[in-house]
Amino acid sequence: MTGFVVNGRRVEVETSARPLLDVLRLDLGLTGTKEGCGEGECGACSVLIGDRVVNSCLVPLCQVEGEEVTTVEGLSSGRELSSLQRAFVERGAAQCGICTPGFLLAAESLLRRNGAPTLEEVRVALAGNLCRCTGYVKIYEAVLGASRGEAP
Amino acid sequence: MTALRAVVARDLGDAVETLATGDPDVRVVAGGTDVMVAVQAGTFRGRALLDIWRLPEPRGVRLEGGVLAIGALESYTDLQRDPLVRAHLPSLVAAAATIGGVQIQNRGTLGGNLANASPAGDTLPVLLALDAEVECVSRSGTRRLSVHDFFVGYRRTALRPDELLVRILVPIPAGERLLFRKVGTRAANAISKVVLAACVRVRDGALESIRIGAGSLAPTPIRLPRTEALLRGRRLDPALADEAGLSVAAEVRPIDDVRSTAAYRRRAAGNILRRWLLELAAA
Repeated sequence: MTGFVVNGRRVEVETSARPLLDVLRLDLGLTGTKEGCGEGECGACSVLIGDRVVNSCLVPLCQVEGEEVTTVEGLSSGRELSSLQRAFVERGAAQCGICTPGFLLAAESLLRRNGAPTLEEVRVALAGNLCRCTGYVKIYEAVLGASRGEAP
Repeated sequence: MTALRAVVARDLGDAVETLATGDPDVRVVAGGTDVMVAVQAGTFRGRALLDIWRLPEPRGVRLEGGVLAIGALESYTDLQRDPLVRAHLPSLVAAAATIGGVQIQNRGTLGGNLANASPAGDTLPVLLALDAEVECVSRSGTRRLSVHDFFVGYRRTALRPDELLVRILVPIPAGERLLFRKVGTRAANAISKVVLAACVRVRDGALESIRIGAGSLAPTPIRLPRTEALLRGRRLDPALADEAGLSVAAEVRPIDDVRSTAAYRRRAAGNILRRWLLELAAA
């Protein structure tokens, strides 16, 4: 068995090389993590392993043994959104929404390392995430706003 | 569909013993950024993955004499943050920063870039220009080979099926300039159209030595020996830069594909070297 922690909850799943994405969505019911391309190009399936953001479609399950995984469901406390999530809502940083969980996790990873990023640092940190609605400006503004604790 | 089986190696000895069984259906996976793409696309050949991600041995960066010994499992993120790599190998840092996006850089490894042996692998021209060696381990022992002898054909390496690539050994450049340039459709998540890396020593306005590695310009990553020979010992001036650009365009063997055309690649590769030499001449 492969044992790991998802959003603070300890889980065990039969060891295999199945993509972590499938285990999260199909076995654990955590459907907040989306599948976009399924080949590591789009970032829609981004989750955190520790503090590092990864494409969960490319991580074989066996590699998360003993790790702490955070999905979008783990960002909020119950029904209370995190300040980063609130910034996305308040600044209109989501359109169709498919890319939003991935962007949130990539931004969360950045802000854990760098609490006061520049616009360029935000752009680099989010370069592995694609938004087909092209809502990048609002997304950058939301991440910068959340980092400064500003009201929109 | 049955789940792809995982064989998780505890340590290097364990991994090498598994490889020694010679089962062709067991394929090595490190960070998964190439292997899992094939798994997801349904093109993966094999029935199990030998997972080496947690091996303690092929990790870390150490200074050994004048050589930087880099663990094959160092990720592109690790390379960008490592103080020794940053101090001595800025072109490797630059290459690591252009690969994929953060998500790929957090998992993809230097050893994986070598073993995958894509002609477009971004760190590979850098390692060629640096005259790096790779260290491979099998049950019969450890061997080192030059990275120049490692790429034996399109996506084929000199690594034997029973061997694991464990370290990359890079002689630390002394008084040499390291240059790197990647041309892609966009800054992130773009496979290269052209990659060039160089290791250059200039003395009294002349090129004392130059080594050039090139990617996406032939079936394998290559050095450019004819252009290097043309330049060695020559005085840096605009005429030489023009001559060098034409030489690169003549020496590389690119193809037309979905990412670019052979003609564009020849032109862009020549222009990158030409511009580097103009900058060095003006410095």
